[in-house]
Amino acid sequence: MKILFDNKNRCLVCLSGEIDHHNASAIRMKIDVAIDSHCPGEVYIDFSGVSFMDSSGIGLVMGRYRILREYGASLFVANCKGSIRKVMQLSGMNRLAKFVDGDFENEFLNSRKGETVNEQVANVK
Amino acid sequence: MSRSQTLNELKVAFPSLSENESLARLIVSGFVSGLNPMIDELSDVKTAVSEAVTNCIVHGYRNTVGTIKMHLRILEGNELYIRISDKGCGIENIERAMEPLFTSAPDEDRAGLGFTVMESFMDKLSVRSKNGNGTTVTMRKKLESRVK
Ligand SMILES: Nc1ncnc2c1ncn2[C@@H]1O[C@H](COP(=O)(O)OP(=O)(O)OP(=O)(O)O)[C@@H](O)[C@H]1O
Ligand SMILES: [Mg+2]
Repeated sequence: MKILFDNKNRCLVCLSGEIDHHNASAIRMKIDVAIDSHCPGEVYIDFSGVSFMDSSGIGLVMGRYRILREYGASLFVANCKGSIRKVMQLSGMNRLAKFVDGDFENEFLNSRKGETVNEQVANVK
Repeated sequence: MSRSQTLNELKVAFPSLSENESLARLIVSGFVSGLNPMIDELSDVKTAVSEAVTNCIVHGYRNTVGTIKMHLRILEGNELYIRISDKGCGIENIERAMEPLFTSAPDEDRAGLGFTVMESFMDKLSVRSKNGNGTTVTMRKKLESRVK
């Protein structure tokens, strides 16, 4: 996974691989550290690199939604396709978070052009 | 449930370690591959298995490690039969447990949607449990084989 910040205090979490109970807690810890240390106004969780997700992924998103609501920050769920979308639809999360599509990784990287990559990328596994 | 002829069968048992969640998904994928399932059917089945196995690990054998049994069958008419069982703590109130969004572990970021996923991704779901004596989840799904 990859966590990026842009120049507008937004945070992008690019998830990858499989999200199940076994690896959800490590993902959760990394996201929560990023939220705690940067206090972003908006967090995007991007599922474009995710190949499998079960209800542990929904719990992960719901939990981050609750934390961000306390901070007064907004959650965006990005690029849920196919089976990931199908699981997500069962959750009713679409009433709580905004679902968006787009190349956010590129957008975030472009917003900080000129800075070294090390400053942009945090918590890379 | 009606009795249909079993065309293929696999029984496995493994300890309730979380790394075995992905192993269980791989096993079921391999088992049904001969039926040449559609990609979305395959992910439905993998997701349902992941939910049932995770429940054994997270709830059934909470704070302990026990054995999870998975029994897979291919029945006449391209039907997949899956039975996943544990000998853990059991479910006190099955009806309540199966309600969408009910979870006994809300502080662990559980959504309470595992049974909802199994129910909507498979054709049939039945849950048997005895308080203190384990849980058995049985699921069935007819697969539309791709025409080769
Ligand atoms: N194998 C089991 N042994 C004991 N209790 C179980 C078992 N499976 C389910 N339960 C009980 O049923 C409840 C609902 O299960 P379900 O899978 O729907 O939600 P969850 O596991 O709590 O959350 P999620 O699956 O969304 O992460 C659980 O919270 C638990 O109390
Ligand atoms: Mg569950």
